[in-house]
Amino acid sequence: MIIGDIVSLPTERISLACVLIMILALTTWRADLRLARPLLIASLRLIIQLSLVGLILEYVFEINNFLLVTLIALVMLLVAGREVSVRQKYRVSGRWGYGIGTCSMFVSSFAVSIFGLAAIIRAENWWDPRYSIPVLGMLLGNTMTAVALSLDRFTTYVWEGREIIEAKLMLGHSPQEALKMILRDSLRAGLMPVINSMAIAGIVSLPGMMTGQILAGNSPVDAVRYQIVIWLLIAAGCGFGSMLVVQMASKRVFDERERLRTDRIYKV
Amino acid sequence: MNRILFFFVLKVDQLKFLDWHALSFDVDSGHCLGLMGRSGSGKTLLLRAIADLDVNEGKVSLNGQFRDDMSGREWRKKVGLLASESKWWHELVGQHFNSSALNLLSDLGFSDESVLSWKVSRLSSGEKQRLALARLLSRSPGALLLDEPTANLDSDSVSLVENVIRRYSEERSVPVIWVAHDELQLNRVSDIKMSMNEKKLDQYI
Repeated sequence: MIIGDIVSLPTERISLACVLIMILALTTWRADLRLARPLLIASLRLIIQLSLVGLILEYVFEINNFLLVTLIALVMLLVAGREVSVRQKYRVSGRWGYGIGTCSMFVSSFAVSIFGLAAIIRAENWWDPRYSIPVLGMLLGNTMTAVALSLDRFTTYVWEGREIIEAKLMLGHSPQEALKMILRDSLRAGLMPVINSMAIAGIVSLPGMMTGQILAGNSPVDAVRYQIVIWLLIAAGCGFGSMLVVQMASKRVFDERERLRTDRIYKV
Repeated sequence: MNRILFFFVLKVDQLKFLDWHALSFDVDSGHCLGLMGRSGSGKTLLLRAIADLDVNEGKVSLNGQFRDDMSGREWRKKVGLLASESKWWHELVGQHFNSSALNLLSDLGFSDESVLSWKVSRLSSGEKQRLALARLLSRSPGALLLDEPTANLDSDSVSLVENVIRRYSEERSVPVIWVAHDELQLNRVSDIKMSMNEKKLDQYI
């Protein structure tokens, strides 16, 4: 069945992809790899969640209401913020733990998305859900990984290196000096995946959004222009978000007397 | 003269940490307070509380300057805390020193400055301990909080370290708190002895 230029996928052909997963699950089950269950649950979640999102987005595009778009964006942001704090092996205690993640996701995705939509893409309505929701979604998805990774490295390094940090404090180093190497290493950890993906984009892998646009019948040249903008926004978001999250966490692990407060980090 | 001497002092007033009794004592300039007590009695915690590394309450001052009137960093530059186990983070010894320590190094038994180009990973525990002392003293702290400074040393090095600390304290009128398990050593180096017992300090004669 063909609508316009694009091949629409009927359910029975989608289930062919499910058959592949079933075979994989069966194989791992027989080899006792204990992967079948999480694999099946994740696949099921993927199908249900994306089907729901498809329905919701169809409705949102139809209504085209600014408040509704804002509401959806906020929900996405809060979930991403929670995800950042849940992914940590060592968590920052108290409300801060959640606040740090959400706040840096806000800067890395929200602010950068608005900039991209209003200043670069410039649709008729800059918040047009057809542009704003996919852009925000892509930014959230990618920067969340970077921010979570930076924070995870930071708290882990602080915990494992607490004696060295205190030894530096004893010699009169400021908290910033005592954390310098840890800050550098945790930012690198967060940003290297993005930097590496940008460096190989188009050669080894075709980025998802571009692929989608090409499949949807757009010219590859147009698709590439969008993809470039999105990747640059993602890189900027990852960088600012990681810097902010690490900065906020480093404020939190020292108190007003510049003592290292490892009691504010706890292991999950 | 007496009044000036009285002024140059490490004053600990109603220091409280964990669930301990409040502790108050003074260490005069150029004097050494020897601190004893069983393992786990809290000698290290007391030094850490004075250096403001752990949460604590109370007034602590050095030469009339109160801890609360300066940042934690400025305070810790003044009261040099030597931990019982030294930590090193750069590859080479010399990267941990920011000023010349040539005299200190020779006084501590290192024949020349070549030790600064040694790799930290190749140091023995005794070398680390002496170098950590040199690293601390080269920053000219105004008080010394020493946590078992000779624990890993042979007897020759012990007397080198004792001499270096005594000379530093006397020449610069610096108060010292010296934690040790060896009572004979404290008899040699300290002017007063105290012992940690049941979450409080007792005078020890």
